[in-house]
Amino acid sequence: MKSYCDPSNGGTLAEGMTETSEPTRENAGLGQDAGMTASEAELWFVREVLPLESALMQFLQHNWRNQSDIADLRQEVYVRVCEAAQTQIPDSAKAFVFRTARNLLVDRVRREHVVPIEAVSDLDALDVAIDMPGPDRSAIARDELRRLQAALDRLPPRCREAFVLGRIEGLAGREIATRMGISEAAVSMHIDNGIRALANILYGDPADLRRKP
Amino acid sequence: MSDVAEYPAPASGAMATEAEAASWLRRRNFWDWSQADQVALDAWLEAALEHRVAYWRLKAALERTERLGALRGAGAGQGARGRLWIVLARVAAGFAAVAALGVASAFYLLQPEQTIYATAVGGHKTIHLSDGSEVELNTATVVRVAAGARELWLDKGEAYFRIKHDAARPFTVMVAGHRVTDLGTKFLIRNVSDRLEVALIEGRVQLDTPDGRMREPLLLAPGDVAVARRNILYVEKKSDKALASATAWRHGIVVFNNTTLADAASEFNRYNARKIVIADPATAQLTIDGKFRSNDIEDFTHLAQTVFALQVRTQRNQIVISR
Repeated sequence: MKSYCDPSNGGTLAEGMTETSEPTRENAGLGQDAGMTASEAELWFVREVLPLESALMQFLQHNWRNQSDIADLRQEVYVRVCEAAQTQIPDSAKAFVFRTARNLLVDRVRREHVVPIEAVSDLDALDVAIDMPGPDRSAIARDELRRLQAALDRLPPRCREAFVLGRIEGLAGREIATRMGISEAAVSMHIDNGIRALANILYGDPADLRRKP
Repeated sequence: MSDVAEYPAPASGAMATEAEAASWLRRRNFWDWSQADQVALDAWLEAALEHRVAYWRLKAALERTERLGALRGAGAGQGARGRLWIVLARVAAGFAAVAALGVASAFYLLQPEQTIYATAVGGHKTIHLSDGSEVELNTATVVRVAAGARELWLDKGEAYFRIKHDAARPFTVMVAGHRVTDLGTKFLIRNVSDRLEVALIEGRVQLDTPDGRMREPLLLAPGDVAVARRNILYVEKKSDKALASATAWRHGIVVFNNTTLADAASEFNRYNARKIVIADPATAQLTIDGKFRSNDIEDFTHLAQTVFALQVRTQRNQIVISR
């Protein structure tokens, strides 16, 4: 029963993820031939890797002293993971993502001699993080709308207003500008920031939203 | 973590890439989008895996907000506590399964006291029921009517209902596991491609969903369109103009309003044996406006050729539109 595990539908796809290992096994065949097409790679990334983001961010924040590097590190993990997946889809996305993250931190420590070795606290303990209990996927799916609304509530007010007009009222950028009485450039800024902040809230930092109904 | 999500700092490389990705997505979703823009985006994505990853991530977040449409009418940014009719089903696959079962039952479980009515692709017919109610069937539609005429199953397709109200004997329509009960009414029900829509034109209807989905039935007011798709159900408020477009098929017309060629093609394909195929994703994303006769594919392909300068090829029973 995987018919509802559709990439075009973020919320229900989370429900299909109750068993992390299952979709991976399903996908394992993809990597054996010539590799994935761009849309298959996107599908795999959104379905398997993105849901791990909050755990990955915790892992990086925990194990890397300089917090201003975190966004770059996350991006680098994603690029490495997707690069590897082009030739062979890993059996377990979760184990692979965290292995990649650990290797990246180790590389960084070795390369940037300025960083003291303690920057990576206790490398051996890192594997434990891989078994961190993931979020309760079915609960997330059930609460998807509530979560989206809570995420929206956390945007700065003008940014939220622009985003709501565009996304919920279905207005085009120009109409949003007229409605809000601001320039189109300002609308662009609010929407760009809104998209980025929502991605961070929905993927990077969902823990506190999950507990607050 | 603060209560307010802060704008990401633009300093680092990843942040700069993310800002670019956001700008592409914003232009694509909220501003005019031309074929040249699509080409430029494709090139940008092709240039680096880093670009693709950043774009996929933001796109996934943006697509998740699609279902925020369910909050329509709740007030922009006011904390949105107003009129919220949202239900998430426990059983996600339920809807598709029930829909499939509905079609099967039309053929295998037909009871003797039911009458079956159907239209072929491109067909259109009006049924006059013994109680004075009328049901107008659109293309490729199957309904079954119980002997007493106050109970009807819409197994497939789309139908417009003008129901003679009888408080003592409410008229009910069973569709994809949902029950629509008339409370004095004109309404439209469309059950196509795993998506159920109940649009109320006049009067009132009550909508009951399959077990466990909702605590209490949904009451629709005129202009409300209840949409059940996969495991979600939400209600949209539609303008009179939008409702008129939705029922334009009764006059043999399809109306497009900022509709992608992909959606327009599938709408035409509901009515015609010759199917339109859009060959590439960039073409599929082009949008059109206008009214067409639902059986006039030539009018549509002519527009594709002249306005969008697209190639139109006819292969057996297919019409392929491409760049």
